[in-house]
Parts: sequence; C-alpha cells; structure tokens
Amino acid sequence: MDVTFRIRRYNPESTTNPKPHWQEFSLKDVAETDRVLELLHRIKWEQDGTLTLRRSCSHGICGSDAMRINGRNALACKLLIRDVGEKVQIEPILGLRVLKDLVVDMEPFFEHYRSVMPYFINNTPVPADGRERLQTIEDRAKFDNTTNCILCAACTTSCPSFWANGKYVGPAAIVQAHRFIFDSRDQGAEERLDVLADPNGVWRCRTIYNCTPACPRGIEVTRAIGEVKLAIRKGSPEGIINVNDIPQHT
Amino acid sequence: MQTHQFDAVIVGAGGAGLMAALYASQGGANVAVVSKLYPTRSHTGAALGGIGAALGNLEEDNPLWHAYDTVKGGDYLADQNAVKVLAEEAIDSIIELEHMGLPFDRTSEGRISQRRFGGHTSNFGEKPVRRACHSADRTGHMILQTLYQQCIKNNVRFFDEFHVVDLIMNQGKAVGTVAIQLGTGEMHVFHAKATLFATGGWGRVWQITSNAHSLTGDGSAVVFRRGVPMQDMEFYQFHPTGLYGLGVLLTEGIRGEGGILLNRHGQRFMEKYAPKIKDLASRDVVSRSIYLELREGNGIGGKDYVHLDIRPETVNRYLAEAGETRRVDDAYIAQALAETLELCRTYAGVDPLTEPMPIQPTAHYAMGGIPTNINAEVVIDENWTVLPGLYAAGECACVSCHGANRLGTNSLVDLVVFGRRGGKAIADYVKRASFTPLPSNPTGEIEAEINRLRNSKGKTRPGELRKMMQTSMMSNVGVFRIESGIKQGISDVQELRERYQTDLTIDDRGFQFNTDLIEAWELGCLLDLALVTGKSAVERTESRGGHSREDYQNRDDDKWMCHTLAYRKGDNPYPRGTMDLEINHNKKVDTSLADVDKRFLPKERVY
Ligand SMILES: Cc1cc2nc3c(=O)[nH]c(=O)nc-3n(C[C@H](O)[C@H](O)[C@H](O)COP(=O)(O)OP(=O)(O)OC[C@H]3O[C@@H](n4cnc5c(N)ncnc54)[C@H](O)[C@@H]3O)c2cc1C
Repeated sequence: MDVTFRIRRYNPESTTNPKPHWQEFSLKDVAETDRVLELLHRIKWEQDGTLTLRRSCSHGICGSDAMRINGRNALACKLLIRDVGEKVQIEPILGLRVLKDLVVDMEPFFEHYRSVMPYFINNTPVPADGRERLQTIEDRAKFDNTTNCILCAACTTSCPSFWANGKYVGPAAIVQAHRFIFDSRDQGAEERLDVLADPNGVWRCRTIYNCTPACPRGIEVTRAIGEVKLAIRKGSPEGIINVNDIPQHT
Repeated sequence: MQTHQFDAVIVGAGGAGLMAALYASQGGANVAVVSKLYPTRSHTGAALGGIGAALGNLEEDNPLWHAYDTVKGGDYLADQNAVKVLAEEAIDSIIELEHMGLPFDRTSEGRISQRRFGGHTSNFGEKPVRRACHSADRTGHMILQTLYQQCIKNNVRFFDEFHVVDLIMNQGKAVGTVAIQLGTGEMHVFHAKATLFATGGWGRVWQITSNAHSLTGDGSAVVFRRGVPMQDMEFYQFHPTGLYGLGVLLTEGIRGEGGILLNRHGQRFMEKYAPKIKDLASRDVVSRSIYLELREGNGIGGKDYVHLDIRPETVNRYLAEAGETRRVDDAYIAQALAETLELCRTYAGVDPLTEPMPIQPTAHYAMGGIPTNINAEVVIDENWTVLPGLYAAGECACVSCHGANRLGTNSLVDLVVFGRRGGKAIADYVKRASFTPLPSNPTGEIEAEINRLRNSKGKTRPGELRKMMQTSMMSNVGVFRIESGIKQGISDVQELRERYQTDLTIDDRGFQFNTDLIEAWELGCLLDLALVTGKSAVERTESRGGHSREDYQNRDDDKWMCHTLAYRKGDNPYPRGTMDLEINHNKKVDTSLADVDKRFLPKERVY
C-alpha cells in the first residue's frame, strides 16, 4: 500500500526555509501493521535525514515519541497504519515550544512534574526486622493505575486548560501526585494536596476529558484528577478510593 | 566549548546510572548525571518480569541457591566472587527499593510478591522457585521511576540530552568525558575525579532485537577506543520469546506464570530438551531448542516461529498434569501480564487470552562489556589492574556475574547491586583523590571525527550501512555459529567500517538537534562492537552459554575456563581501513565458591 505523510517541519537553522511549514512524503510498500514510527524512520533513513524527532524503545514504554497524529495525541510507536489510514498528518504536541520539527521543549513539563514532590515520603523508621514495609493487596491496588505513567506528556499537551495557561501543572503532574497521595505507605499527602490546591493546581481542570483518551498507557486521567479534587475537599485521601470500584481491565 | 567540573560524572541514567548517582551523592560527592535520553526514557523502563532475590516470601529460599542457579545458568563462566555479591546483596538492595517507595505487588501477608522465572530453582536445581520480585509486568518501569524520583528528592544534578562521545585520559587516569549538547550541538567537557559509565547494551547490532533504538553501546565503544579491553563479547543473549517479526520482548514471566511453548504439532517441545524444568530452562537452552524445532520444519505453518500459549485452559491443563494445585483465570492473567497482553494486541493483533502468541528468539542482552571488579572499578588486564578514575556498571559492564548466559531477573539485580557499589566506591575515592589536570585540547580528536561525519559527502546513508550490518550479524553471529559464518560476518563488518569512513553521507549539517549526525556517530559504535563480537566469537572454539558453535559443540572446561579480553591495536582510536584487535584468554574465571563447595564445580548443564 502507498501512504502519504504530511509533516509539520521547522528548522530554525535552515537558510532556505526557517519558518514552520508542511512537507509531504510518500512511501511505497507499506504494510498495514507498520508502526507510524517505523515509517517516520523510513522517511528519515531513506529520504530526508534532517527529519527530527525523539524516539527510543519503539514499543510504547519510554514515552519519547508523543506527537499529534491526525489531530490526536499518541505515541508514534503505538499506532499502526491500520489505525490511522493512508493519509497521515504529523505535528508536534501542542502547548510546548517547538525546537525543531517534532521536538518540543520538555523543560516546562518536567518543572510541573517536579513541583508536586513526585517521590516517596515516609520519615518513620523502616521496620526493625530490616524487611519491607507491609501493604495489603487492596491498598496496593488503589494507586496501581497511576503507576503506569511514563511522562510522555500526551495528556498534558492535549488539555485546552494547559494550552490556555502554561502555568497549570497539567494532568501528568496530577497523575504523578495521585500515585503517592493514595499510596498507604506515603506520608506526604498533605503537602502535595496543598500544592495542588493552588490556583494553578487541580482546579484549572475543567473536566474536558481530552487527557484520558490521549493516554497511551490506559490511565484514567480524569478519574485520577477527580479523586485528587475530592481529597482536597475532604482534606485527606482516606476513604476516597474503594477497591471494588476500580474498573478491571481485561 | 564549555567546561564543567564535578567530583563524579555518571554517564547514563538507567537503573545502574541512577543507583550509582544516588549513592555517590549520598556519600558526599558532587555528582552530575549526563544522559543522552531523559532519564525516564532509559531502557531499564522496558524491563518487565522481575528482579530476583532470595527473600523467601512465598517459599523457602536461600542466596546460596540463587548463586548456584546464576553460576549454572552462566555455564560456569561467571566470576563466583561477583555472583556471591550479587545473590547476597540482592536481598537488601530490593528491600531498599521498597523503602524508596517502589510499589511491588504484594502477597496476602502484605510482603513483596514473587514469581517463578527461568533457571531459578530451590535446593541446587531441584525445582522452580518463586524468586522474581515484581510490580505487575512493569518492574523495570517502576525501578526506573522510583530511582529517578529519589534523585529528584536528593537534588541530583542532571544534564539531560547530553550525548557523551569521548573519554578523556591523562597521566594514565580517566579525567573526564566530552559530550555534545543535543539542543545546541555545543561540545562540553566534564572534568571529573571519577567517571562511571552506565550506558546500557547494544542490541541494535542485530536485526531482530528487544532493544531500544538508542541501545548502540556508546559507552563501551568509547572506552574501548581509549584502550580499555572488551571482555567476553562473544557472549550475547538471544531471548527465546520475541514477538515474531518485530523482536519486541514478551517476558519470561509468561512462562513463569505457566505459559507453554508449542510447535506446529501442538507439542510441548521443551519436554524433549529440558525434561526437568521444561519451558523454564535457561534462555540459551530455550532459544536453541526453538531454532532446532524450526530447522526440523516444526515452525507454525512452515514459517520461522513457534507458539507461546498462556490461555488459562492451556496453563491449567499442564498445571494439573504436573500435579500442581495452582490454577489461573482470565482476570489473573490480565492483571499479572497486563503489558504483555497489550503488546500482543497492539503489535500482532493477537489476544493472548484467546490465541497463542507467535514468537521467535530476539537479540536481547550483552553478557560481555567493560571489565570491572566487584566495586565497579574498571580493570584492564588479567591481573585485575584498576584504571584509576574509571568505573562501569549495568549492562555495559562485565563484572562478570552472568558468565556465558544471564538468568532472567539478574540484570536488574546487577544494576542495583553493582550500581550501588559503584556509587559507594566513588564517594570514597573522590574524598581521597584530587583532580588530575585535563590534557591540552581534550576535544581535539573527537571534534575531528564529528566534523568528518557532519561534512561527509559520500554516497551511502547511515541507515543503509546499519541494515547491512544487522542482517549479517543476525545470520552469521547469532544463536548458532560456525567458523565460516563468523568469518563472513567479520569481513562484512570490516567492509562496512571502511565504507563508513570513505563513503558515508548525511543530510543534516546543522547544530541543533542533529539526530542525523548522532545516529551516524552511534553507527560507528555499533560497527566497532560488532567487530569485537565477531572476532571474540571466532577464537572461542567451544560452545558455552550464549555462544554456541556448530563446529565445536561441547563445552571445553580444560581449555576455556577463562575470559576473553579484546584490545584495539595501535594508537588511533578511529583506525582507518581494517581494525586490528589483540585478543587474549589469560584471565581465569574466579571459582571461589567452588573452592569451598563442590556443588559449584563445573558439570554438565541439564535442566
Ligand atoms: C524488553 C526488555 C525486558 C527486560 N526485562 C528484564 C527483566 O524482567 N529482568 C531483568 O533483570 N532484566 C531485564 N531486561 C534487561 C535489563 O532491563 C537491562 O539490561 C537493564 O535495564 C540495563 O540497564 P542499564 O542501567 O545498564 O542501561 P539502560 O537502562 O539501557 O540505560 C542506558 C542509559 O545510558 C544513557 N546513554 C547511552 N549512551 C549514552 C551516551 N553516549 N551519552 C550519554 N548517555 C548515554 C541513556 O540515555 C540511558 O540513560 C530486559 C531488557 C529488555 C530490553
């Protein structure tokens, strides 16, 4: 099958065309099971080595290659041609400064991530027997879904509230905070809830729901944000997540 | 050009690099982590099944049994002092990860849950044991996230998207590294008392691989060019269960949960090759068995793949047959192997709950690499002479705790155990050592090489050369090897190296995010390592672990209880024309466990 790619290009160093523009590429002999990333590689390796993108693992776990594919955020390595059709439009994710072609400035994104104290906090001594802290299977299940986050930024850069105001911490940072707030072993919930109660915290979420379908890892982002909002209202994460309500993925 | 000075520079931010950074900085060193990827993009995040330690949370276990399995799995080439450290320190390293917040799955008592994995047994090979600690089947992801989080908590300094391209030596010591800042193309010199490489593997030498595009062996190639030998490079692991055609890994945890390999006749062929532990034999054994089945025409539909079946009815049938009481259902498999199900559905259109998965062996893990001692100090000869200031840990290193074949779950253990030891050793060293001055013009040679690549005006694109190398290495230096084939592989790679020097062309001549240039440079690393692999393989005239010779089918303990050390000959780090190596086998395997316990003596490996 033949496939046409329409790609948003930008190279600030270019002497001939330093402005953002579209460029088309055609590829022959494409199988419907080819990954979009593979085909971007074919363009780069066979036609135009200047095409610039981030990528690494190529199977959806490293989070490097989030981009806008036919108008929706996705990882290029997780979409196959049969998912996107024979005409594919590729743009960088929105809301972060474009540096070159599909490469955007990730620093603001990671700054938001760092602002929610995305690390385990527990200042009590570890068990005297030198072994692990205990946690029930049920307590572990409460935050399982949000441990999936790979920081690809697909959710945050699909969020109109984030596009409108880059100071909003964004869905990814809230997901990361959720993973700790609802971990029975963690003791930093209060501080994190404080950070997220800020005007640029969770309340900027208008439940538009773009983030959940954008997540390549099946995280129920909107639900997680909702649970954090509830915890802020109640002043504590206690009793908010009922394990029996957690949807089973099969 | 910018120059920075730190007590210690850690190159690489996967599990090994982050662990080392954490411990070096907690030990008081002023540390920088330099990584070509954002830390959380490192391939440690792709590790699935688990991290092994004899915690004994579900059944009796013992670090000595773990050590035995590791030595046996490594086909007796592993250095037993390193294996002992690995098995013993695995326990509190993993407990420490839990204390850092790592969300392991739990047993009904609330302890870290453990599952079976290939080659891990209780009581010196008696029966499979539950030793692999796991967090669903995204254990590596959780380790990487947890360690990165802890580094943030501890204010570790990161230089993200800085690509290290050279090691700086002076007065016989490692004194720093040169890196290109991807965003600007600018060169940076990192002047350090201690430099630790943790740059991961080089699966991209082969055509079918589970490894990321970024796994191009940069760190190993860089130190090799600066005179450090590569150890045991002929030992490269092909994991039995890569997704057919893509090489994407399907974890051994599938077989740990009861998954079964089947040929076109629906026959559980591993019963033939490993009567005792069958599908859970060590990886080299299973990969070879699959190849033998394919050769006999037992591939599915005459093609070169077999089936891996985790459908609950299949698993339960075999569990019942084995007299086990455990049973699984859809919901359990869906939770325990969530990543795997997703991978199969996305990339193969196969739902493992209703259909078997098509699999073939895939290039997976480098047992060989930069030789180190158990403190992650780089050693450069058979007398264990330390190169001051230089350290290595993780997959790029060869300590050698995996010998000729790594057991599943032992790489993650290697990262945390020897990453931690490296970090501690560095903290200690930088207190004692002072800065050795930089040589004059520390970037001269590498700048010349980078400029050559940037301005290359030949006819062949890097992608084309890379593909030819991968195809040749897959067929000539893959699961089965024979002298004529390996020699073909070597001459192919020599020729490709020459074309790389004389006929290369790239399109992007810019400075900012020039990934065309970087990929070309990475290809140079792959070619060098491919050559070392081939040359090391042709010299070892025996079959052991991951190195399987059709012309020398037996293991030869009289002659080959020794490591391979391969040195680059001559003064030029980028030799023109053919690259000559000097290879010796003077470094004997450490057998300190066998010296006190006969069970660790080499014997025939049956599973
Ligand atoms: C799919 C898959 C599944 C696996 N599952 C398991 C498992 O279940 N259990 C197990 O024990 N092992 C498993 N392994 C093996 C294990 O994951 C790896 O061996 C291990 O993660 C390697 O870690 P590392 O820290 O050495 O390197 P990596 O995690 O690969 O990190 C390399 C780092 O080096 C940096 N780097 C590389 N080159 C440069 C350069 N030139 N300049 C600057 N930085 C550089 C990168 O940015 C990266 O941060 C698996 C491997 C794969 C591929």
